[in-house]
Amino acid sequence: MAIVHDSKKACAVNPLKMSQPLGACYAFLGLASTMPMMHGSQGCTSFGLVLLVRHFKEAIPMQTTAMNEVSTILGGMDNIEQAVLNIKKRANPALIAIASTGLTETKGDDVDGYLRLIRAKHAETLDGTEIVYVSTPDYVGAFQDGWAAAIKALVAAFVTPAETRVTGRIGVLPGAHLTPADLEEVRELIEAFGLDAVLVPDVSGSLDGHIPEDFTPTTLGGATLDDIRGLGACEHVIAIGEQMRGAVERLEAIGVPCTLFDRLTGLTATDALVALLMRLSGKPAPARLKRQRGQLQDAMLDGHFHLGGKRVAIGAEPDLLFALSSLIAEMGGEVAAAVTTTHSPLLVRVPTEEVLVGDLEDLEMRAVGCDLLITHAHGRQAATRLGIPLFRAGIPQFDRIGTAHQLSVGYRGTRDLIFQLANIFLAHMHAHGPEDWPLPAEAVAAAQGQSAAGCGCASSSCSSVSDEVVIPIIPA
Amino acid sequence: MDARVSAKIQSVFEEPACEHNQNKDEKARKKGCTKQLSPGAAAGGCAFDGAKIALQPIADVAHLVHGPIACEGNSWDNRNSSTSGPQLYRTGFTTDIGELDVIYGGEKRLFKSIREIIEKYDPPAVFVYQTCVTALIGDDIEAVCKRAAEKFGKPVVPVNAPGFVGPKNLGNKLGAEALLDYVIGTEEPEVTTPYDINIIGEYNLAGELWQIRPLLDALGIRILSCISGDGRYHEVAQSHRAKAAMMVCSKSMINVARKMEDRYGIPFFEGSFYGIEDMSDTLRQLARLLVQRGAPADLLDRTEALIAVEEKRAWERIAAYRPRLEGKKVLLITGGVKSWSVVAALQEAGLEVVGTSVKKSTKEDKEKIKEIMGEDAHMIDDMTPREMFKMLRDARADIMLSGGRSQFVALKAKMPWLDINQERHYAYAGYEGMVDLVREISKTLFNPVWEQVRAPAPWETPALEEAC
Ligand code: SF4
Repeated sequence: MAIVHDSKKACAVNPLKMSQPLGACYAFLGLASTMPMMHGSQGCTSFGLVLLVRHFKEAIPMQTTAMNEVSTILGGMDNIEQAVLNIKKRANPALIAIASTGLTETKGDDVDGYLRLIRAKHAETLDGTEIVYVSTPDYVGAFQDGWAAAIKALVAAFVTPAETRVTGRIGVLPGAHLTPADLEEVRELIEAFGLDAVLVPDVSGSLDGHIPEDFTPTTLGGATLDDIRGLGACEHVIAIGEQMRGAVERLEAIGVPCTLFDRLTGLTATDALVALLMRLSGKPAPARLKRQRGQLQDAMLDGHFHLGGKRVAIGAEPDLLFALSSLIAEMGGEVAAAVTTTHSPLLVRVPTEEVLVGDLEDLEMRAVGCDLLITHAHGRQAATRLGIPLFRAGIPQFDRIGTAHQLSVGYRGTRDLIFQLANIFLAHMHAHGPEDWPLPAEAVAAAQGQSAAGCGCASSSCSSVSDEVVIPIIPA
Repeated sequence: MDARVSAKIQSVFEEPACEHNQNKDEKARKKGCTKQLSPGAAAGGCAFDGAKIALQPIADVAHLVHGPIACEGNSWDNRNSSTSGPQLYRTGFTTDIGELDVIYGGEKRLFKSIREIIEKYDPPAVFVYQTCVTALIGDDIEAVCKRAAEKFGKPVVPVNAPGFVGPKNLGNKLGAEALLDYVIGTEEPEVTTPYDINIIGEYNLAGELWQIRPLLDALGIRILSCISGDGRYHEVAQSHRAKAAMMVCSKSMINVARKMEDRYGIPFFEGSFYGIEDMSDTLRQLARLLVQRGAPADLLDRTEALIAVEEKRAWERIAAYRPRLEGKKVLLITGGVKSWSVVAALQEAGLEVVGTSVKKSTKEDKEKIKEIMGEDAHMIDDMTPREMFKMLRDARADIMLSGGRSQFVALKAKMPWLDINQERHYAYAGYEGMVDLVREISKTLFNPVWEQVRAPAPWETPALEEAC
């Protein structure tokens, strides 16, 4: 049981956290033909957009209601109306997905009310375009909370109870910590049992780096509105990450059977998913999966030499922190420092002594003496100062390419993650030198024929202990 | 609106040294240079972003952002301004206010934050940036900074440019105003020389200042202060003792240049480091102003001699690319950079510029472009991504040079693209920079990867499809 603390500082130094509206917009980016939009001033969208562009190296469609001081005080009705009409005209998306920001929440805009009015007023013009809204003030929670709130809002807006379940259709609600590659792996695992996977949202469809035939102003690929609506008729829904609990509860309330996995990184964690899929499909695990499991076992055996006993400091959002920490602990490593962005019931279960809701300065201070730092790219300065390697995990990773294809779930993902971590330790292996094992003063004194007690101070600089051992030279 | 901020904005809008402003009538001028943004079709950073871009390059200062996590948490350490020493400017400081601060006010947290920073990091100064939420709830950062400065005996500078007052370029100017109000002229330099200059509005992106500095060093010209690239707090505070100033052409800090002329009699000119003629022009102007202010006249001759050597060296190196680049078509979409000067260098390398953006160019610039590119110069005011995509895919251009926003338009059309935007990692200033730019273009154009990615997939090969 870890103890969970909040940082007591007034000033956050080197933030680990990103804001809720950005997490919500990231979720919306996993929906097809969608225009995500922040209801706030233009800067919030601009920062969020740049951050995601630099992480994914992809064009990111994202809009703003462009609030200024006057419109904020008067209320954002006009801006939302103009924005919605503008987007409809220019991009004609299937969905306009709006997240609020700190600014408009401080003012207290009733966006749901505005949207009802706008719908009624422009019923014809807006035909064929859905609008969804989620409340995500910047000054509450963090990125993964915004993601979770967005999916909860989507479920609430579009999923209705179904009379019959579609056999073999498995819904998947992934957490914000899963990469496009992770989602592909989950999909393949499900399909390996002859089941259909419907992912909501599905950033593996939109942000996997494909090259489209033409230019589109909205998202391209991702979960469709029908996919979302269809969640209500799924035979079973698999959610990944504690952050998805809110959405799961909504689905369960309308009778959809759900299973929530707190992680899918690790052998036993993947076993649990595979067991569920065997039960749901009534089919045995395919030979391919059995081989993959064997490879993971082997990787664990090879890897434990290098991960065992290592002290690792991790800074990540709760679900990612839990997944990574659990794997490190399972491999015999020690999670010596854990810092996260927001509260979660999961935090007490992180295999470490203390989890701090704090920033990268907190992590850096706690990471002194560690062998490895794991966090997003902003940890690079800390790692340099600490003189230890940095393994990048989470968003943003603006100084690396291929981040969408980082895989860490399932048998294969866990196997590769273990290899990567072990190889970092191998690359930074400490070669021993002659000064590595000095004798304590007491031993030196004893060897020189002085009483171990000496003058009682046991200090090597004490005059009662001679510095040098006189070695008698025996003539040949 | 906070009366102080609106007064500042008004004064910035009335900037007499701005060419755009001189052509406007009284009413238009009052309205300012900020276009009303169109909701749902807007792009670009906020005023806070602009202020941070302008001031963050001062490397030894602690830059503290007062607001919720969005403003700093989503953006810190993402600008590519280089330092030759202190790293503190790359540390992200924010009050990261929570719900309770929104209800009860965030001033206490701000004050405590300043104290924590001074105790832990002991910087020469703390800059405090206002943002939207804290402005809306009425946190008085000026008052808090004043109190903190008195209490801790250190400069604590309020930068009052909350995002919602306008776009990035307004923020540049509001940030600069903070320097004028609180920093410039507050300290005296130990020594001065007749060769002391300020460079204003240069952010040392990708280390470009270091492509210029050797030229100035060779002439014995001292940069008393660069505002703000690779800057130091004390240098900025002492910058009022410079003999002359150069304002980098983007106009982002025209108010600093003009007010320093008014207050301290420092003459300035508007110059550019991009393009060979521009670089030479800049050196000439600097020498001329310094000599006017009392520097020995031989500076003029030495400058001409240096220009002659460096220009020759640069043109020779650029001309060497001619055989390879002759006839290749370039689409040049720049933001603030004066494109005609870059166009000249590209032409020297044998490249044909098939279009260039003139969104931020003045009338003179456009005339100049016509002069260089001919009467039917393709000047692009605003191009939608879809048009760019089409232009590239139809191979009406071989390569696009632009800012990061259109990067994927080019790459997804499987067309070569070169970053000439703020986040770029290559430096293109001065004589060296132009040679580097041409080299990069050549490297990109002739990368074998284009042939590879354009090759048809097996299932797109008709013969194979039939066979299956
Ligand atoms: S628009 Fe306002 S809230 Fe948004 S990033 Fe800029 S200053 Fe912060």
